[in-house]
Amino acid sequence: MSSRHKLFMQIRMLFGRNRAAERLQDELRFHLDQQISENIASGMSPDDARKAAIRAFGDPGLIREQVRATWNWYNLDKLSRDLKYGVRTLLRSPGFAIVSVLVMALGIGATTSLFTMVSAVLLRPLPFRDSGKLVMLYEHFRDVKSGDGFNAVAPGDYRDWRSQTHGFEDMAAMRGYGGIVSGVHSELPEVVQSAGGSANLFPLLGVTPVYGRLFTEAEDQPNAEPVVLLTWSLFQRRFAGDPSIIGKQIHLDTIPTTVIGVLPNWFNYPDARIQFWMPYAQTFTPQDYGIHDGHQSTVVARIKAGVSVGAATREVSALQYQIHLANASKPVAEDVWSRPMINDVIKDVKRPLLVLLCSVICMLLIACLNVSNLQVARAAARRREVAIRSALGGSRLALVREQMTESLLISVAGGGLGLLLSLASTRWLAAHWHNLPRADTVHMDGWVFVFAVGLVAATAMLAGLLPAISSTGRESLNALRESSRSIGGSASRARLRKVMLTAEIALTVTLLAAAGLLFHSFVRLRTADLGCRTDHVLTMRFGLPEIRYNTRERVLNFHQSLLERVRRLPGVSGAALVSTAPAAGPEGDRVFTILERPAPSSSIQYVALTRTADPQYFSVMQIPILRGRVFSENERLHNDRYIVVSRQFVNQYFAGDDPIGKHVRGSWDDKVDNYEIIGEVDDTLYDVTKPVSPTIYYPILSGIPNRTSEATIVLHTSVDPLSISTPVQQQISALEPELPVYNALTMDQILNKTTASQGFAADLVLAFAGISLLLAGVGLYGMLSYLVAQRSVEIAIRIALGAQRPEVLRVVLVDGLMPVFFGAAAGFAGAAVAGSLIQSMLYGASVYDPLVVAGMAGCLLFTAVVACVVPAWRVSRVDPMQALRSE
Amino acid sequence: MISFRGTLDPLTLKTVWPEPKHGWAIAKRIRQISNEVLQVQQGSLYPALHRFEQRGWITAIRAQSEAGREGRFYSLTETGRKQLEKETTNWSRSSKAIDIVVAKT
Repeated sequence: MSSRHKLFMQIRMLFGRNRAAERLQDELRFHLDQQISENIASGMSPDDARKAAIRAFGDPGLIREQVRATWNWYNLDKLSRDLKYGVRTLLRSPGFAIVSVLVMALGIGATTSLFTMVSAVLLRPLPFRDSGKLVMLYEHFRDVKSGDGFNAVAPGDYRDWRSQTHGFEDMAAMRGYGGIVSGVHSELPEVVQSAGGSANLFPLLGVTPVYGRLFTEAEDQPNAEPVVLLTWSLFQRRFAGDPSIIGKQIHLDTIPTTVIGVLPNWFNYPDARIQFWMPYAQTFTPQDYGIHDGHQSTVVARIKAGVSVGAATREVSALQYQIHLANASKPVAEDVWSRPMINDVIKDVKRPLLVLLCSVICMLLIACLNVSNLQVARAAARRREVAIRSALGGSRLALVREQMTESLLISVAGGGLGLLLSLASTRWLAAHWHNLPRADTVHMDGWVFVFAVGLVAATAMLAGLLPAISSTGRESLNALRESSRSIGGSASRARLRKVMLTAEIALTVTLLAAAGLLFHSFVRLRTADLGCRTDHVLTMRFGLPEIRYNTRERVLNFHQSLLERVRRLPGVSGAALVSTAPAAGPEGDRVFTILERPAPSSSIQYVALTRTADPQYFSVMQIPILRGRVFSENERLHNDRYIVVSRQFVNQYFAGDDPIGKHVRGSWDDKVDNYEIIGEVDDTLYDVTKPVSPTIYYPILSGIPNRTSEATIVLHTSVDPLSISTPVQQQISALEPELPVYNALTMDQILNKTTASQGFAADLVLAFAGISLLLAGVGLYGMLSYLVAQRSVEIAIRIALGAQRPEVLRVVLVDGLMPVFFGAAAGFAGAAVAGSLIQSMLYGASVYDPLVVAGMAGCLLFTAVVACVVPAWRVSRVDPMQALRSE
Repeated sequence: MISFRGTLDPLTLKTVWPEPKHGWAIAKRIRQISNEVLQVQQGSLYPALHRFEQRGWITAIRAQSEAGREGRFYSLTETGRKQLEKETTNWSRSSKAIDIVVAKT
């Protein structure tokens, strides 16, 4: 048969179905009439003739159905009829419909949002040329057990790797850097983040400039002509997107620098805050460019065709071991480790994202179970209808399909709403997630849509199949046999609901446990003792340009005048200078030896964080002095060979013995020298999420230009600290008009910033757990109300026969709380699994946190009791006469 | 009873050839030519007829019956004729096979 004919038939059937049905009716009637008239002709009475004709023909209704089933579009017909029924039954109970759709929308929306983020951040390849072939190389110290073992690379190591190994196609280096951008006349200075990249970095990544050109190898030398590449955002923001800036000069740290090109808009690796790139070598002094013991760079390499990553890395690692042996007294790593670039980008967010995705999937499961539970309850109300229909020959498939259509409708409506919800929430999530890598790539795409559609189908199956099958089975006929006075209810259906409820509670407990752990760990972070005053403290950073502040006297002079001025300001009760405030980051560390103690072995180095501080810093920040004294006004200029150390320093390197008068030998100024320990102070944290580190304080009044010219002024105020910010800035510009001041933050703000992502994840999981708890409560309430309603006659009879009401109440409560106990037991097992998953996200908290367990059990019990109390109370008020009569 | 599809499909197709017939006439004809052996519920003919029509083996036209009433008459199409040939061949082949099996036992 020609396909044209087939198409014609199909179109005719699609639009002419009603006419076709009429024709069929005519046709069948014609047949029967013919048969009847023939029967009459053979001598039957009209009545007998009719009966005989129908007997020979069969059930006309059934035949009609069978014929219709052969028509095209028959399934469409059935679907539209099911949809019509589905919409009608849902509209009959709008409360159920609305609640179910909202619950589904929430679940599907949240899951879609998280999937969008996971797919954009974790799954999508990096935007670089052949990005699957890019790996990052790191140094690995065999003896260092803390951290993940991936350490930054020293420039000397990188240069040796690149020139002496051949396993990789090429390797390039980059490092984070800071800088002050200003115009050619030093106007409009601003402090921005920048980076140094080797000349081959951009070609290696496959990045081409929008305007101008990239660095040349000749420019990638420590003392080469200063050049800069602008990122798109700086180009737009500061230069209004005008390409004529190419070839002109701007000032970077007051050094005239030529703009040679502009990077494309999409390039925001490794950090979107980076505003410009300098040649890698130009971020070093000529001496530093060759060192093997200063680690600050990251190295990216491209895999060579035909060489495995392992083999190439082993070659580099072997070379590194030679470098290690050649520099035995210095902290030089023994090995080189590599990992794919994508893993490097997502290392900090992979686990939180997956944990969040798991928790929304849990929430979605709970939502499905809840809708499923409600469906079962509704199916119970329609038991008799279903029984009659199946007794009359309604096929089970048709009945199941009808019920499935209902849950499909709920899921589709929920999914549609959820998709809208997730459009809004995804953007919000990506924007509010502190430091989320690739946040700009988070958006919905075809895959997300496919995922959402799949989710809708899966939830429809999950929410609809179980109730549909259970309510249409062979047992459904029992509903007819049961007398209207049935007292037992349907035990099997109640059991099904209990099982679903148990699963729901188990999932809720798991979620609650995860949320509790994360939240408790976050609270612990926020209340962590920094070791210093945190209220009414304002911090501000500035960096004196080294071109003009090139002698100790000049730097000291500025620092002293500044302190004198701000200490006189009203509202300021104390002011001091420190290189980096507590909790504001590690700043940097140095290796040293101790004169009075044996030298450390080559692999275990003495390392300490370094800070510079003025005499009043410790009293302004209320850092207790444990031994000796802190700096006085005498430790200034060249009388600077004195240090103060922290408690951890003493514990670690003096085993707690008195360190006063001992000497630390190391390089601080330009050459290695001895520094006398004059005091010990208590520890402060450089990052609340990290353990304490040994710390050395040098006197800031030494005024050594490149050691003390960048400083933080800390102010303790008697008024709102932020209100002091402007007066202090005015004092600074009175001393140095074009000096930019940045990071004007209170200690509370610094803490918020460092704990933001932990707080965000904890808040989200807590919200999901809260919603799940609410859903579980609703489910529990629904089930118990249903059980009570089903057993009202039984209970009435018991009461009439003399059962005590408290006894009845106990029976009902046990019935309701049983799933809670079983669910909680299963949930604790789930919680142990979840705990091990999030272990690494926890700060100083054990997975078996008694406070969390107690809090979780309390929440659950409270919800369960609230959910059970209303139906149970209703039972205890049952009036036996009324209950029995109403049946 | 013999399976409807296997036996009655070719039979039904054969009855509407060469001249078009309506449903009742087809049913009657099947009964006649099978010497009343095939006692099928007449109604079950219609799903088959409509299936053939959907497949394009037969077409329906409205025409007057001998009694003067309007009815749907089915006639064989070109595709239907090929299908009939195919089914007849199949049928005779399998019935021969069955004959052999029956004769040998």
